[in-house]
Amino acid sequence: MGWAIALHGGAGDIPYSLTPERRQPREEALRHCLQIGIKALNSKFTPLDVVELVVRELENIPHFNAGRGSVLTNKGTVEMEASIMDGKTMKCGAVSGLTTVVNAVSLARLVMENTPHIYLAFDGAEDFARQQGVETVDSSHFITPENIERLNQAKDANRVQIDYTQPIQNDTKNETEPPFANGDSQIGTVGCVAVDSNGNLASATSTGGLVNKMVGRIGDTPVIGAGTYANEFCAVSATGKGEAIIRGTVARDVAALMEFKGLSLKEAADIVVQERTPKGTVGLVAVSAAGEIAMPYNTTGMFRACATEDGYSEVAIWPDTKIE
Amino acid sequence: MVGWAIAVHGGAGVDPNLPPRRQEEAKQLLTHCLNLGISALRSNASAVDVVELVVRQLESNPLFNSGRGSALTAKGTVEMEASIMDGAKRRCGAVSGLSTVKNPVSLARLVMEKSPHSYLAFSGAEEFARQQGVEVENNEYFITPDNVGMLKLAKEANTIMFDYRIPIAGYEKCAGLESSVKMNGLPISIYAPETVGCVVVDSEGRCAAATSTGGLMNKMSGRIGDSPLIGAGTYACEVCGVSCTGEGEAIIRGTLAREVAAVMEYKGLRLQEAVDFVIKHRLDEGFAGLIAVSNKGEVAYGFNCNGMFRGCATEDGFMEVEIWE
Repeated sequence: MGWAIALHGGAGDIPYSLTPERRQPREEALRHCLQIGIKALNSKFTPLDVVELVVRELENIPHFNAGRGSVLTNKGTVEMEASIMDGKTMKCGAVSGLTTVVNAVSLARLVMENTPHIYLAFDGAEDFARQQGVETVDSSHFITPENIERLNQAKDANRVQIDYTQPIQNDTKNETEPPFANGDSQIGTVGCVAVDSNGNLASATSTGGLVNKMVGRIGDTPVIGAGTYANEFCAVSATGKGEAIIRGTVARDVAALMEFKGLSLKEAADIVVQERTPKGTVGLVAVSAAGEIAMPYNTTGMFRACATEDGYSEVAIWPDTKIE
Repeated sequence: MVGWAIAVHGGAGVDPNLPPRRQEEAKQLLTHCLNLGISALRSNASAVDVVELVVRQLESNPLFNSGRGSALTAKGTVEMEASIMDGAKRRCGAVSGLSTVKNPVSLARLVMEKSPHSYLAFSGAEEFARQQGVEVENNEYFITPDNVGMLKLAKEANTIMFDYRIPIAGYEKCAGLESSVKMNGLPISIYAPETVGCVVVDSEGRCAAATSTGGLMNKMSGRIGDSPLIGAGTYACEVCGVSCTGEGEAIIRGTLAREVAAVMEYKGLRLQEAVDFVIKHRLDEGFAGLIAVSNKGEVAYGFNCNGMFRGCATEDGFMEVEIWE
């Protein structure tokens, strides 16, 4: 069996009417990141190195909601988070609340490798970043005009619907992220999973979180078992509505179904996405120790790409329209 | 209708040389909290109300490592965290990095019920606390002389340690350093997690779980452990409610709380079998313990380390408060 890799740039309400100007740069970016991953796997990098490398690349691309291009909090700031997990050793690392670190996923890896902890957040994580000498920049570097626009739209809509300081009725709670006119405001998170020809697995996920989120809000991305998971069965990276992914322990559940019910990767991933999480909330990419790939989602679309060593590759956004 | 059941814990990993007086104090507190929970259950309170109520009580008492009496960060401050989960709809709420909130578990509940999110941390969480008008205190309120002493010792040993409740005065007489019992590579005498938690199934068969902690003594500021992570330290769904304690990193890697529910749901194991399976197979070299209840009115616990402060009770009159195996 050969290696396999899959990556995503977010699942959400990506409308079919997405204009070429918005679509093509993202497709190109997915293709580019896929090539980087393929090259690394062919050069025998470990899956852990590969997923970090690919996610760094996705973080640096402003079209996706991670690193540069992260969506903004309700105060117009960025708070980035990420996690990484090595399926072979089950070691993992996570970070939240970063404001100046260029590559959150790399800091997560340093937490995993250079501290006795798994998860560092906010000021403590930023302090650690400085101690470790990772690349940091002024946080304005991460903010793009598109995201300022998204935040403004979100604030306009929310001002009508929900005021966070009042008790929120149960039935309006789900309307926190109303659909936006241009649709791609729902983009969330980037991630990558990889398996080498020996069945070693790794996963990494990174994000800016939700548009107009409360300062201090943590989503599924840094929560091991929710947004990221890898063990000897599979590696999973999830995207979508963080709150749904946390409740559904999405990434862990795919592996649990494989392990405890003997399901295949595809069956397990489909059940988690189609049956155990509400429609319109989740997508994921996953690879198994046997080299299978699954990329299910219950949203309109998911920016994704995958490849296997035997030469197959795919870049896609919606269900039936593969680009290559 | 199912009989209700409740379990509480005050941490897994206990020094075998813990003085009898401290053992008694711990058992009394656990008994008191159990009785509070039982009283509420008899008045038909819901599972999620009961777990919050009981954990609040544990947080307010400086005996264990949560709320008042929390372990201290390397800076000598407290950063408290907690989570709560209501099994009926798997709603959840979590908080981290609290420094002034008197009852972190209650703020976690407010995140679940009054915010659009599931998890808030640090300054954002503190701000939310003020918006919600919860009780706050100065950081000093949470800091006990015992813990200031332990932090000093930990710094001298220059290592991370779990919290431990032996009074400093008795420390030099403590034979614990010769003890062969270790957690995270250090003698258990300077090492006891003492996170608190509660799990409940009410008479409608609804399960809930809550966990609260100050975390590791001498931890890096910003370090988050397993207690606020849904699926790791806390989990509840239709079939069970679970709260874990011990080496946070091992619990996170093992997604321990979710694991108990997963083997019940996907392998069809009963509660005690599930707990035993998880403790036996999911911890590798890690040390941890957990308490759990099922929607069938069962209660169970398990731990692979030296002792766990715990108590449990069921509607048919069973009640037990223990520390050791």
